[in-house]
Amino acid sequence: MDRDRHSLSERVWRVATYAVPLGFLALFFAYPLLSILERGLTVAPFDVLTDPLTRDVVWFTFWQALASTALTFAIGLPAAYVLGRYEFPGRSVVRALVVVPFVLPTVVVALAFIAVLPTDLERGWVAILVGHAFFNVAVVVLIVGTFWAGLDRRVSEAAATLGAGPWRSFREVTLPLLAPALAAAASIVFLFSFTSFGIVLILGGPAYSTIEAEIYNQAVRIFDLRAAAVLSLVQLLCVGLAVWIALKLEAVLGAARGSQPERDVLRRPGTRREWGAVAGSLAALAAFLGIPLAVLVERSVSIGDGFSLAAYRALSDPTTALLATPWEAVWNSVTYAGAATAIAVVVGGLAAFAVAGSRGPRVLDLLLMLPLGASAVMLGFGFVIAFDSAPIDFRAAPWIVPVAQALVAIPFVVRIVAPTLKAIDERQREAAAVLGATPARVRREIDLPIAGRALAVAAGFAFAISLGEFGATVFLARPDAPTLPVAIFRFLSRPGELNAAQAYALAVVLMGLTAISVFVVGQVRVRRSGWL
Amino acid sequence: MTTCYKPAIPFYARRRALVTSCYKVTVALIVALLAIAAAGCGGEDTPNEVVLVTHDSFAISPAVTKEFERVTGLQLRILKTGDAGEVVTKAALTAGNPQGDVLFGVDNTLLSRALGADVFEPYESELLERVDPQYVLDPEHRVTPIDHGEVCLNYDKAWFVERGLDPPSTMEEVTLPRYRDLLVVENAATSTPGLAFLLATIARYGDLWQGYWRKLRANGVLVVDGWEEAYTVRFSGSAGTGSRPIVVSYASSPPAEVIFRDPRPSTAPTGVIEDSCFRQIELAGVLRGARNEKGARKFVDFMLSKSFQEDIPLAMFVFPVNRDAKLPPEFVKYAVIPERPLELAPDEIEANREGWVKEWTEIVIR
Repeated sequence: MDRDRHSLSERVWRVATYAVPLGFLALFFAYPLLSILERGLTVAPFDVLTDPLTRDVVWFTFWQALASTALTFAIGLPAAYVLGRYEFPGRSVVRALVVVPFVLPTVVVALAFIAVLPTDLERGWVAILVGHAFFNVAVVVLIVGTFWAGLDRRVSEAAATLGAGPWRSFREVTLPLLAPALAAAASIVFLFSFTSFGIVLILGGPAYSTIEAEIYNQAVRIFDLRAAAVLSLVQLLCVGLAVWIALKLEAVLGAARGSQPERDVLRRPGTRREWGAVAGSLAALAAFLGIPLAVLVERSVSIGDGFSLAAYRALSDPTTALLATPWEAVWNSVTYAGAATAIAVVVGGLAAFAVAGSRGPRVLDLLLMLPLGASAVMLGFGFVIAFDSAPIDFRAAPWIVPVAQALVAIPFVVRIVAPTLKAIDERQREAAAVLGATPARVRREIDLPIAGRALAVAAGFAFAISLGEFGATVFLARPDAPTLPVAIFRFLSRPGELNAAQAYALAVVLMGLTAISVFVVGQVRVRRSGWL
Repeated sequence: MTTCYKPAIPFYARRRALVTSCYKVTVALIVALLAIAAAGCGGEDTPNEVVLVTHDSFAISPAVTKEFERVTGLQLRILKTGDAGEVVTKAALTAGNPQGDVLFGVDNTLLSRALGADVFEPYESELLERVDPQYVLDPEHRVTPIDHGEVCLNYDKAWFVERGLDPPSTMEEVTLPRYRDLLVVENAATSTPGLAFLLATIARYGDLWQGYWRKLRANGVLVVDGWEEAYTVRFSGSAGTGSRPIVVSYASSPPAEVIFRDPRPSTAPTGVIEDSCFRQIELAGVLRGARNEKGARKFVDFMLSKSFQEDIPLAMFVFPVNRDAKLPPEFVKYAVIPERPLELAPDEIEANREGWVKEWTEIVIR
């Protein structure tokens, strides 16, 4: 074989894994954000920083995000364990259903929570934490569960043989192995709780506010771009710091080794106790996630005093609220989300290889997470002023919507795929190389099959995120084509019983669409070839 | 710690359709990015298109759009860029190089900000003569009034009938002990109708407005984040099963409660406390730097025409400003058009909004 050609294609590959993600971030994240910050930062910002109100808001944002992360883990870890260790009927259905809350518009979920929570708890910080846990539990279950399913079971079995009890074996063997996934999930949940504002404003009541809510307030209500820019920087700084700490922790705790395709790892629960653990943790999760979702379903079919499917029947009627039929909005969402997923999987997948392959400082890792922590409203404004003339003119570029969605989805792809890639036993690669495999072939025959599971999970997640329209897209212009979340808002913001029912019916459609698409993507298996 | 070593057995090269070469993916990606860049370059403006920049609540019947396109030969493209506040903020950020040709949706609470940012090009439509001068807010005609809607206290008729209690007839009465814990309002800092109701109290009580809100607070007013929560969840008279029978909503909410109920009731299930109504006027303007300024003017004319004006009530649930426009029967029967709604000058609102909202927050929330 021609050696030179390999090294050339290898160099192209190396450069691409860095250049494509960095270029994408620079163009669609750094450039618009800097444009709007530059517009805002005219005078020295000290008065905003020293305002006691700012201090209170920063402090509250920080601790509620930390507490939300802890609660989310407490609720999500048992299910992650079950999904990561056991094969049982309906396992892939559970994985698909758990993503459903994650994509729902915050307003709709918050309204469902008000109906469910006891009156004295329905407003205040407890409600905020519960709301955040409800949304983000999918992150923990999927990231940690997927990674867990790739850990070699024999390691902890060996520990048991050597006399370690279950707790000690978990603490000294499993936990260090899980560290990359735990850190990844923790930083994502923290970032989502940190930048949340719909949940905080509705479930917290008017006395609570986060930095993101303050940014929106300053930029849109008060039109003080300077204060908004300063607060965005504060937020970005906090987020950068948090991610950096998470990465450090991951490096200190982590001892990841021996990733395996999951079918070698999962086994059916054997004893009664194991069946009990599986059933118990899934039932608890189902109750926590199911009750608010059941409220949404109930709202969509109760019109007047009775049961009616009128809201669903009306989904094919054109309505002035949307300038289209609701089903067309569903189709628009699917198209945008498909495009966004393609971008996110390619860019994020390349970045995952770069992150997993680098031994040096984790700057790329850190940079890739930042879009999750940037102020969505400011990024939206940044898009408007940065892309206002050729060659990238916002007005003539409908693809900018999936690009913005991909920006939020990419960190997920990286955080889901990179830990798995990193955990692949280097000796497998070395053995392949010794036997004459080119680096590209090693990637194809070893890395991809093992990471394929994670990549499929990541794609499903990316699709769900795009369906739910997170972050900046909410603040971008939406051309004539309304999407599903937009349609839900439109119906919800019109008076009249049927409109409300139709909003909830669309939320139910969004739930179904999410579950089905995550399920289908989960069925795609990149089979490993050759070795057994 | 033991790490299991699994001997790697060489590949029996079985290629999988799903496993694409990473190299190919990279090439495909670069091609895709180039294509994206090329698409960006290709977007030259088409002169036979007019782009309307507006808020999420904008609505128009398809037949009316078609009429505009048939009469003028122009294509209408609608760009929704968020709520009214976001639309105006984006317009201010892009002043001179706007996102579209004509903007609809700036209201009297946001007007001064838009005019201050020099967003519009003056245009005086001939159809303005059919519009009551009280709606014309800018003598230089940088903006043209299109519709008006009133934010008012609404109440649940059935709730009061069941309890043999008369609903309040003025906003002052809402502070009486017999209406304790019955009112839900939106946060003036985060919600448009919430702000409008605060402005209503300022227009009504002048410098004494703080006293009114202290009384409301003492009487158990509930403040929630937005209209959706207040009206569809906390209010007892609509879709939700809330416990509060008085809510801040719109004068056009009662006809909506008739139209969007199955089966339709013979009378409106909710009523309006007329004396609490604050007027919001929505305006449109030709954007400075528009690519199709002529088309933008034609669209402003069209928005004042009878067909668009008569489409407004059922599409957006606000009222037309053109005297010749006939209201749909549901509006004639169930809607209330307050005769003398409360108003404040746009300049006064712009100058004091932030201070008022801060003070309100201190009184009602902290």
